Amino acid sequence: MSETTASSPPAAPIPSHLELFLAFFRITVTGFGGTLPWTRRMFVEEKRWLTEQEFNDLYALCQFLPGPNIVNLASVFGSRMQGPTGAVAAWVGFLVLPFFLMIAAAVLYENFGDVDAVRRVLGGVAPAAAGLIVATVAKMAMPLFRRFGPAPFVLVATALAIGVMRWPLVFVMLVVTPTSIALAWWMRR
Amino acid sequence: MKADGNIFFTLALQFVIMSLLAMGGANAVVPEMHRLVVEINPWMTEREFADMFAISQAAPGPNVMLVTLIGYHIAGVSGALVTTLAMCGPTAVLAHFFGRVWDRFKDAPWRIAVQAGVVPVSVGLIAATAIVLTRASVHSWVALGITAATALITYQSRWNPLWPIGIAGLLGFANLV
Repeated sequence: MSETTASSPPAAPIPSHLELFLAFFRITVTGFGGTLPWTRRMFVEEKRWLTEQEFNDLYALCQFLPGPNIVNLASVFGSRMQGPTGAVAAWVGFLVLPFFLMIAAAVLYENFGDVDAVRRVLGGVAPAAAGLIVATVAKMAMPLFRRFGPAPFVLVATALAIGVMRWPLVFVMLVVTPTSIALAWWMRR
Repeated sequence: MKADGNIFFTLALQFVIMSLLAMGGANAVVPEMHRLVVEINPWMTEREFADMFAISQAAPGPNVMLVTLIGYHIAGVSGALVTTLAMCGPTAVLAHFFGRVWDRFKDAPWRIAVQAGVVPVSVGLIAATAIVLTRASVHSWVALGITAATALITYQSRWNPLWPIGIAGLLGFANLV
């Protein structure tokens, strides 16, 4: 896959702008509790726009890039299929419905957030949402702790600097990221 | 709060910077959002921040939509538009350009070293998010139990995360938290 999709044509015809918009729109409609599994299912199994390997490769790129991962995935996939305008179609398709849903949620929250029943429900949901992140961290950290290397120290130092010391992100990243990359380069054999 | 032009500029600038530092996705910069809107500026309370994070997790769509709720709370619909575009726009443009050259360097040793170096940083950032959110939302032993149980269930099983969220909401509604 050196010249985008040209050297390895997907099993299905290249999606149009409208198809790109609708595909990402549908992912947000169905994507309760995380959009990644739905995106994979639609792209690989349903539409056959990408093979499993191509999808993994695309996702690796979007994890490599900063910013919201699946929003980036919409941009890269749209751009590979239909150029910059395709990226816009996929990006808008992915964000338009969640945006208006969130505006609706925000209006409800600003008006009824102090109602006693709403307070009680959110008082239960908020610690559960924190628990979801704890699980995400455990899943991601496990492989790093199983191998010898600097990764566990970098992980703990970053978590303490940001989560406990509450230092500004920019300064922590300016120190920690180059150090971690240098250590990874030095340890690469 | 009254929104003037200055606030939109501040929001745009801060959220663009955050998006460019969001190694590991939007969840990596939640502590920085908290610092900006709860600690540095009096824009919302600890409780409101925890509520909005919970709503963004329970609603359909990507988790990054937390920034839409925050933007709306600070400066209405325009504020929501500014934070959402700032968080999702510039990195998408970056992604468009990187997507074209990715195959040329995806197997390069420096690229692999950069990734190996960035992964523990991003997991550390998400761990910081877990710390900040637990502090903001856990004020009782039952709440701590909910956090622990949700973490265990999500880690151990393949349940949809909406299940623990829904059960926790019911417990809250029944006034047990």
